Amino acid sequence: MSTLEIDRVRKSYASLEVLKEVSISIGTGDFLVLLGPSGCGKSTLLNMIAGLETITGGEIRIAGKVVNNLSPKDRDIAMVFQSYALYPTMTVRQNIEFGMKIRGLPAAERDKAVKIAADLLQMSHLLDRKPSQLSGGQRQRVAMGRAIVRQPKLFLFDEPLSNLDAKLRVDMRTEIKRLHARLGTTIVYVTHDQIEAMTLATRVAVMKDGVVQHLDEPQAVYDRPANVYVARFVGSPAMNIIPGVLEVNGSTVSAVINVANRPAASISGMSLSGDAARKYAGKKVLVGIRPENFSITTGNARPTVSVDIDVVEPTGPDTLVVFQLGGVEVTARLPPKQANAGQEAILSVDTSKVVIFDADTETRID
Amino acid sequence: MSTEISSAHRSHQLGRIFIYGSLIVLAAFYLMPLWVMIVTSLKSLDEIYSGSFIGLPKLITIEAWEKAWGQACIGTACDGLRPYFVNSLLMVIPAVVLSTGIGAINGYILTKWRFPGSNLVFGLLLFGCFLPFQAVILPMAQLLGKLRLSGTIPGLVLVHTVYGISFTTLFFRNYFITIPDELTRAAQIDGAGFFRIFFSVMLPASLPIIVVSCIWQFTQIWNDFLFGVSFTAGQSSPITVALNNIVNVTMGRKQYNVDMAAAMIAAIPTLIVYVVAGRYFVRGLTAGAVKG
Ligand SMILES: Nc1ncnc2c1ncn2[C@@H]1O[C@H](COP(=O)(O)OP(=O)(O)O)[C@@H](O)[C@H]1O
Ligand SMILES: [Mg+2]
Repeated sequence: MSTLEIDRVRKSYASLEVLKEVSISIGTGDFLVLLGPSGCGKSTLLNMIAGLETITGGEIRIAGKVVNNLSPKDRDIAMVFQSYALYPTMTVRQNIEFGMKIRGLPAAERDKAVKIAADLLQMSHLLDRKPSQLSGGQRQRVAMGRAIVRQPKLFLFDEPLSNLDAKLRVDMRTEIKRLHARLGTTIVYVTHDQIEAMTLATRVAVMKDGVVQHLDEPQAVYDRPANVYVARFVGSPAMNIIPGVLEVNGSTVSAVINVANRPAASISGMSLSGDAARKYAGKKVLVGIRPENFSITTGNARPTVSVDIDVVEPTGPDTLVVFQLGGVEVTARLPPKQANAGQEAILSVDTSKVVIFDADTETRID
Repeated sequence: MSTEISSAHRSHQLGRIFIYGSLIVLAAFYLMPLWVMIVTSLKSLDEIYSGSFIGLPKLITIEAWEKAWGQACIGTACDGLRPYFVNSLLMVIPAVVLSTGIGAINGYILTKWRFPGSNLVFGLLLFGCFLPFQAVILPMAQLLGKLRLSGTIPGLVLVHTVYGISFTTLFFRNYFITIPDELTRAAQIDGAGFFRIFFSVMLPASLPIIVVSCIWQFTQIWNDFLFGVSFTAGQSSPITVALNNIVNVTMGRKQYNVDMAAAMIAAIPTLIVYVVAGRYFVRGLTAGAVKG
């Protein structure tokens, strides 16, 4: 049993409020990713879970036990840092053993734990090297090995992949995912990379300025972002946020969007609750459409918009097509070779995936 | 085309010759006093007074060295520099170890265990680097009197340790600030406490700056004259004070050869320290972070 509950936690440095009433709760075996831009307070929160920063307000519970006043070593956690933080004068083996030595484990037990970790991370041949003799990826492995031998209730990762080059980053990402599957330990993982969040997490907490914007499964965060900020932060290219006006006609909800030099487009078929439909009928809203929810019209019943294509950017598997819609630049992801710059295209929209946001508060309307 | 290259080559060579030439001249100028000291110390007094000052000795003799080390008269005793050399060792070793150790702990606290006002403390400590010797002599004498350490070697150790802390703290603080905080955090999570982190993680990574601090402190303390002459007297004096007494207090002919030998005996330990550890000194001054 290793749940984690972060209960209305606050953090201030003097007058600077870094975290404002953060509440997150995850279950045993969950992989929580704290996602947000640099400076939003992710590391601060992680360090508070670890016991490296004091908690200004609220409570943190690990496996049901309040840890606010416990020192890091008594919290039954292990942590992997962005800079790896390997002890520079110790060999890999000594690095991994250091914590066990402090806890007074006998040599035989330490050897066994080192061997298991080294096998798991395929680094048996590195044990007698110093950190300075290792590559970035190898250092990362050692840092993870040091965490694994602890057999903690909770693994904490602070941007562990951001110092690696792109290729290695993808490999290590897979490795971390595999490790999580093997060990089943609860993980809290900090990153500013939304792809890492999507691929690794069972739960994502998107943060901004010390406030959790959205906490859910990655797919739910992607499909139904809580607000415009989350919609733009998760997904690449970002979700298109297009100004429009909501029209309600009986049970049919549609969004009317201006198109330059053409009649306005009407996209209908979104599902909204009756209350929301009544409240927003005739009002300005923001229409969120993911790039992949546009397609070249094939004559099905979906609503369409006609646009003049500005730019075409082939990426290989598909092509990004840029055009103006509702006065903003919009990107659609289409199969290759279906559109040319300077030409007109008629695109249909998958309205079941369209998300509507309040134009003022920018929060999602259901 | 080719003449252009060769003329460029020639002017490059001329430049080189000029640079090396002036370096050699300057070095010779700089080494002149040392040369005079060495040759004088190896001459007999008669030879010196018969005129040759710069030239090589006609007859090499280490008599002056023996005299300076074991027989020269200082005050009323005629035991040479040896007892004072021992005094200086008894002073310099504990003072270097203590001031370096305290500087290391200070630097560690000021970078890895910051507390409210720690920057102010550091600022005040830095102030100590600019404090002239003369300013502390009187209050220090009073303090030593109260502690009943006046005129003793332990008293001198205390003075040098206290005065050195500003410098050693600066060294270690500036070195430790380049060691990522994540390292101490990792150690904390591994369960290491304040001293465990200091001895197992920080100190092993700070060899270059330990060497810098030791060399600096050794040189300062060994060569110090003012504190030595102010706070000790007679038998407890360090070698610098004794040297001054040998040179200044003479009866009859001035014994230049003994003076020179005595001066060099007093200088040799610092010289050895630089030769043995100089490499690390340069490395420590230039080395930045310990890349993990
Ligand atoms: N010791 C500190 N004193 C004052 N402000 C701090 C301190 N540590 C972090 N901050 C501030 O807290 C905010 C969040 O920092 P951090 O948690 O490191 O962000 P992230 O990890 O999301 O990039 C930043 O604005 C940072 O400047
Ligand atoms: Mg961070």
